[in-house]
Amino acid sequence: MSKDFSRSMQNSSSHLRRKPGIWSYTHLDAPLLILLLMLCAFGLFVLYSASAQDSGYVMKQAVRMGVGFVAMLVVAQISPGLLERWAPWVYAGGVILLVCVLLFGVGAKGAQRWLALPGIRIQPSEIIKVVLPLTVAFCLAGRPLPPTLKQCCIALLLIALPTLLIMKQPDLGTSLVIASSGIFVLLFSGIRWRYIFLSLAAATACLPVLWMTMKEYQKQRVMTFLDPESDPLGSGWNIIQSKTAIGSGGFSGKGWLEGTQSQLNFLPESHTDFIIAVLAEEQGLLGVMALITLYLLIIARGLWMAAQVSDSFGRLICGSIILTFFVFIFVNIGMVSGILPVVGLPLPMMSYGGTSIVTLMMGFGVIMSVHTHRNVVI
Amino acid sequence: MAFVLVLIAMGALVSRMYVLQVVDNDRYSAISDKNRIQLKPEKPTRGLIFDRSGVLIADNKPSYSVTVLKEEMAGELQQIVAQVGDIIDLSARDLERFNKRLERRRRPYESVMLRSRLTPQEIAKLSVNYHRLPGIRVEADLIRFYPYGETLVHAMGYVGRINERELKRVDEKNYSATNYIGKLGIEKFYESELHGTVGMRKVETNARGRVMRVLENIEPVPGKDLQLTIDLPLQQITEKLLQNEKASVVAIDPRTGGILALVSTPGYDPNLFVTGISNKAYNALRESPDLPLFNRAIRGGYPPGSTIKPITALAAIDSGAVPVDYTVYDPGWYTIADDRYQRKYRDWKRSGHGNVNLNLALAQSCDVWFYDAGHKTGVDNISHYMDMFGLGKVTSLDLPEAIAAVLPTKSWKKRRYKQSWYPGDSLNLSIGQGYLVTTPLQLATTAMLLANRGVWRQPKLLMGFREVGSKGEVLLTQPDTQGSNPKPDNIQLKDPALWDAVIAGMTEVMHGKRGTARKVGGDAPYLIAGKTGTAQVVGIKQGERYDASKLLKKHRDHALFIAFAPVDDPKIAIAVVVENGGKLGGGGSSTAAPLARKILDAYLLGVDPQQQWGGEIL
Repeated sequence: MSKDFSRSMQNSSSHLRRKPGIWSYTHLDAPLLILLLMLCAFGLFVLYSASAQDSGYVMKQAVRMGVGFVAMLVVAQISPGLLERWAPWVYAGGVILLVCVLLFGVGAKGAQRWLALPGIRIQPSEIIKVVLPLTVAFCLAGRPLPPTLKQCCIALLLIALPTLLIMKQPDLGTSLVIASSGIFVLLFSGIRWRYIFLSLAAATACLPVLWMTMKEYQKQRVMTFLDPESDPLGSGWNIIQSKTAIGSGGFSGKGWLEGTQSQLNFLPESHTDFIIAVLAEEQGLLGVMALITLYLLIIARGLWMAAQVSDSFGRLICGSIILTFFVFIFVNIGMVSGILPVVGLPLPMMSYGGTSIVTLMMGFGVIMSVHTHRNVVI
Repeated sequence: MAFVLVLIAMGALVSRMYVLQVVDNDRYSAISDKNRIQLKPEKPTRGLIFDRSGVLIADNKPSYSVTVLKEEMAGELQQIVAQVGDIIDLSARDLERFNKRLERRRRPYESVMLRSRLTPQEIAKLSVNYHRLPGIRVEADLIRFYPYGETLVHAMGYVGRINERELKRVDEKNYSATNYIGKLGIEKFYESELHGTVGMRKVETNARGRVMRVLENIEPVPGKDLQLTIDLPLQQITEKLLQNEKASVVAIDPRTGGILALVSTPGYDPNLFVTGISNKAYNALRESPDLPLFNRAIRGGYPPGSTIKPITALAAIDSGAVPVDYTVYDPGWYTIADDRYQRKYRDWKRSGHGNVNLNLALAQSCDVWFYDAGHKTGVDNISHYMDMFGLGKVTSLDLPEAIAAVLPTKSWKKRRYKQSWYPGDSLNLSIGQGYLVTTPLQLATTAMLLANRGVWRQPKLLMGFREVGSKGEVLLTQPDTQGSNPKPDNIQLKDPALWDAVIAGMTEVMHGKRGTARKVGGDAPYLIAGKTGTAQVVGIKQGERYDASKLLKKHRDHALFIAFAPVDDPKIAIAVVVENGGKLGGGGSSTAAPLARKILDAYLLGVDPQQQWGGEIL
C-alpha cells in the first residue's frame, strides 16, 4: 500500500500542475476514444458495402457499437482494484459456463458455442476473453515481478483450462486468441527467457498431439491453407476468392460499392470474417494502409497508456488487452490474405457481429480505467 | 519493445497486401474478371429457303420444349421430373436422353431440355401446374419446318440435331448456341451461309450464375435466305406423276444449269428428322424395299441404255470414224468381222431395220448402226466424248451427295477387273449397256448439253442469296465460289453442223413417222428432241428373248428417257428413269416418255396434267 501511496503522490503532483479537465471525470482517454470512433465509422462505411448495401445491417452494427461505447464508459468507471478483486470470481464463473456450454450448449455447423438462456444467447468464451488476462495478472501481480516458476505454472494452468474447454467446442480461433492473451500477460511480467524457449520447445513437441485432437474440418482448413488450389471449389474457395478480391483491388481499389468479388457474392463471409477483402478490393492498398495505420495508432496509444501505469497488475492487463487486440488484427488479416490458416476470427470493429465489439470495447474500458485511476488514491 | 514487434508484424501484413495488390494485381484482376464475366452465345436465325418464284419451302417455326433448371430444384430433380411425367407423356427414350444431357458439362443456371415438341395442350397442362414444379420451364426455340414435306426432301435435304462429330468439324464458337445443322443436300451444302453468325452477350453474373447486367451485346447475324432454281409447281406435278413408282426425274433449265425439278420417289418426310426420328420409324424407312431414303436422282446408278446413243453418234461422226451419212444394213443382228466365234449382237428388233442411216438409227434406236459405228469409233473415242458430257464425274455445283457413277475405259477395266478391253465391250458401251453407269442427274446434264450444243452450264440448285430491298424488291446475290467441281470445257465439235444431225435424229424420235416415241411427241404444239432408252437389269443369254411378264418385277428393264424442248429455243432439259418400267412394265417409249411429255407440257404450256388427263395420270 505504501508503495502505491507514494506513487500516487508523485503522480498527483504532476496532475496538480494540469487543470483537471472534463475527461478526468469521465475516466475516458480522449485520443483513444477519438481513434476508436474513427475506426467504428470506418467499419460502418465498409460494412455498408460488404452487406450488399443493407442499411439494416449497418444500423444493427451501429447499435452494437453504441452498446460497446456504453460498456466501455461503465467499465472505465470501475476502479482497477475492484477488477482485480472480482476477476478470479468472474473467471471461475466463466469456466463453469464453458463446462455448461459443452453439456447443454447450442450452436451450428457441428460446434457448440452458445448458451441459450431465455431471451438471450451468450457466448461464455467472450467473457473468458476479457477476464482471463485479468485473472492471470491477478495471479502474477500478487508478488513482486518477475514471477516465480510456481506462479508461472499456476498462470499456465489458468490459461490452459478455458483454452482447452473452448477448443473442445470446438472454436480453434477463439481458443488461440484467449491462450495468447493469457500468455501475453506472462510475457509482460518479465518472465525469464529460458522459460520462454522451454515452453516454445514444449509447444512444438505438442503440435502432433494437437493435430491428433483436431476435428476433421479443422485439419482440412490447415491443409487448405497449405495448398488452397488443391480444392478450388470446396475448402479452398474462400481463400482463393478473398485473395482474388484483394489482388484485383490494386493500389487504389475498384471504388466503393464497385467491388465485383464482394458485390456479386463471389467472396464468402464478406461482411464478417472476410470484410478486409471488401475494403482491399474497393479501396485498394490505400484503404488497407489507412486501416492499418488507424489500428497502429490505437495500439500505440494503448501501449503508451500501459507504460504510464506503474503498478504491475494494471500494466499487465493493459498490455495484454492491447496485444490481444493486435492478435485479432494480425490473425484475421493474415488468414484473409492467405498467410495464415483460416480460423474463424473477426476483424476488430470492422466485422459484423456484436459480442466481439462489446468485449473489445470493454477491454478498452479497462485500459482507460487503469490509466485514469492511477491518479486516484484508493 | 512490444510495439516494435507489433510494427514488424503489421509491416509483414502490409507487405503481403502490397504483393497481392500491386505485384500480382494483373493476375488477380484477370481471375476476378473471369469470375464475373460470362459470354452468353445467342443463336442466329437460320436462313429461309424459297423456290424460284419466291414460295417459302423451308421455314422456321417456334417449337416449345420443357426444360429443367437444376439449381431451383433443391435436390428433388428426379421426383419433379416424375411429376412432369404424370402431366405430359415422357417416353423411356425421352428420359434416357435427358439423363444423358444432364450429365454433360454445363454452366450454372443453364437449363437442360427434357422433352421437345410440346403440343398446346401440354403447354397448358404444364403451366397450370407450374407452382408445383419448381425449376420446370417451357422454352421456345425456332426449328426448321418443311411445309412441302417429302415433295422436296431429295432436292433440299434437311437439318437435324447437331452431333459431336459435326461439332468438331464446325467453328465451335459460332455454333456454341446452335442445336441444328444441315445434314443433307442444300441444307448441308449451304450450311455456313444458312447458319449465320452467333451473337454474344457479355454479361456480368454473380457467384450463382445469375445475370446481373449486360456489359456488351453483339447481335447474332441471321443466316442468308436462299432462293433455289426449283420450280415448286413443276416439282409437285412431277412428284405426283411418279407416285407409287421407284423413279426419278431431273429437269434442268439449259440456259442456266438451274435445276427446275429434282424428284426421287418414294420420298419421306424430312420433318421427322429435324427433332430426331424414333428408331422404329427410322428402321421402317431404312428397311423398306423401295428405299425411300435413297436419292435416286443423284445417287442412283443406272445403265443409260439407248439414251446414250446421241453421244455415241457424235463420237462416231465427229471423230471421223464414220461419215455423217453412214448407212448400215441391219438384218437384226451384228457380228464383228474378225470375231472367230461370229457371236451375234442382237438388235432390239429381231427382224432388223434394213438400211439405216444416222437419222433413222436415232429415231428407231437401231442398235446395229451403233454397234457398227461404235466398233469403228473405238472405246477411247467413245469414252472421251462421254467424258466431255460429264459422265463418270460430278459436275454439279451444290449437290453434295451426287455420285460420279462409272465411265469405263480400257485402263478402268484393267484396274477394276484385271482384264483387257474386248471389242464386245465397245459394242455394249455404244448402246449404253455393260459397264457404263449413269445417274439421272448426269442424263439430264447430257440432255442439257445437247440442247446447248455443247455449251456447259453446271447443274445447280441455288439461284442466289435472297435479300428483300427497301422497296420490297427481291435482290439476288451470287456466292463468291460455288462448289469445288471445276467447270468442264465446252464441247467443241470439228464441225458444229454435226449437232444439227444428232438433234434432228432426236427430233425424229418424237415427231418422225418411224420415231420410237412418235405417239408421245406427235401431237405436241412444240418440237421435242428426245431419246428413249430401256436398260437391262439382268443379262439375257444368247438366243433368248426378253419377256417382261416372265421376270420378277425387280429384274425387269428400267425405262429411261431424255429430252429437251422446244428444239429451236430449249427451255428445259429432262431425264426420266422409272425402275423396272413402272407399273406397266414398259420401256422408255411407253413408260418414261409419256411422263416426260406431261412434265414438259406442265412447264412449257402451264398445263396441269391433273386437269388435262383427269385423275388418270399414268
